[in-house]
Amino acid sequence: MERANPFAIDYRREVRAGLRDIAPIVVAAVPISLLFGAVAAAKGLTPLEVTVMSALVFAGGAQFAAIETWIHPAPILTLAFATLLINARHVLMGASLSPKVRMSRIQKFLSFFFLTDEAWALSERRALERPVTGAYWTAMGVVLWANWTLFSGLGAILGSFLGDPERIGADFAFTALFIGLVAGFGRSRVTLVTVAVSAAVAALVHHFIGAPWHVASGALAGIAAAYFAAPKEARP
Amino acid sequence: MSLDMTTLLAIIAMAVVTYFTRIAGLFVADRLVLTGRAKAAFDAIPPAVLVAVIAPTALTTGWAEAIAAAITAVAAFRLPLLGTVAVGVIAVVVLRNLI
Repeated sequence: MERANPFAIDYRREVRAGLRDIAPIVVAAVPISLLFGAVAAAKGLTPLEVTVMSALVFAGGAQFAAIETWIHPAPILTLAFATLLINARHVLMGASLSPKVRMSRIQKFLSFFFLTDEAWALSERRALERPVTGAYWTAMGVVLWANWTLFSGLGAILGSFLGDPERIGADFAFTALFIGLVAGFGRSRVTLVTVAVSAAVAALVHHFIGAPWHVASGALAGIAAAYFAAPKEARP
Repeated sequence: MSLDMTTLLAIIAMAVVTYFTRIAGLFVADRLVLTGRAKAAFDAIPPAVLVAVIAPTALTTGWAEAIAAAITAVAAFRLPLLGTVAVGVIAVVVLRNLI
């Protein structure tokens, strides 16, 4: 279905666009990465273990949740299951983004290792105006991955030198970053209903049932709300 | 620098599960042709997922976090991303000292 394009993709321009879009997120991610490393070190992980985890897993939310409940020896199946629940959202995200990226199947399988909330949200936004190229996607992914791996390892080494993260508000940077990303999807009626329902259900489930169930339940409730909030006559 | 064997196995398990979730969407995406309400639901995935991840921190941690989240949301429609994060972090530090 991909037709030959008479205008070759300008890779350098695409890479530059990716770097420009991801730059503010990279800056905001530095304190979050340091915080993760410091918390993990406090739970008894060595700097090498923290670095290896960040390099291979590369999923902030799941890693924070895993470290929160970390005990020695590590409960492998429990950790794997919690990771699955928290990262199940990737399935929806990948399905949504896949038709919008200009890549071969094998390129997708390789480069979707770099799927993160941030790079994905930026790509979805870019996809509203133009196709997302592999150069754009991979440039963002590699930079974000290197940043996360490097600074979480550094956080584990610095550890207690960083002081109380709550005092400098570093723990809230992640939340503020996500609020900024959500705002990028606009203020249409359907979006506002989605956000309100997703937030309410996720908060209630987290309060009464607990993590990590709030992610899947909140997301699904928000998606269902969008379905019913959308005009019916648009249906074929 | 040491690497505990059980810890390493746990990390690998987490990594394999995470990579699986990242590529699983590729298998279903090609078969999806959506219109109308189904398309609206599919388009709602990004905000719905992002909000669900942060809702507990933003809404049920305490008044400082809830008010800071509201201030951040207002800023998010007026400032670039980094400015939004800065406003949020400063707001939460100030509010935690006040409340």
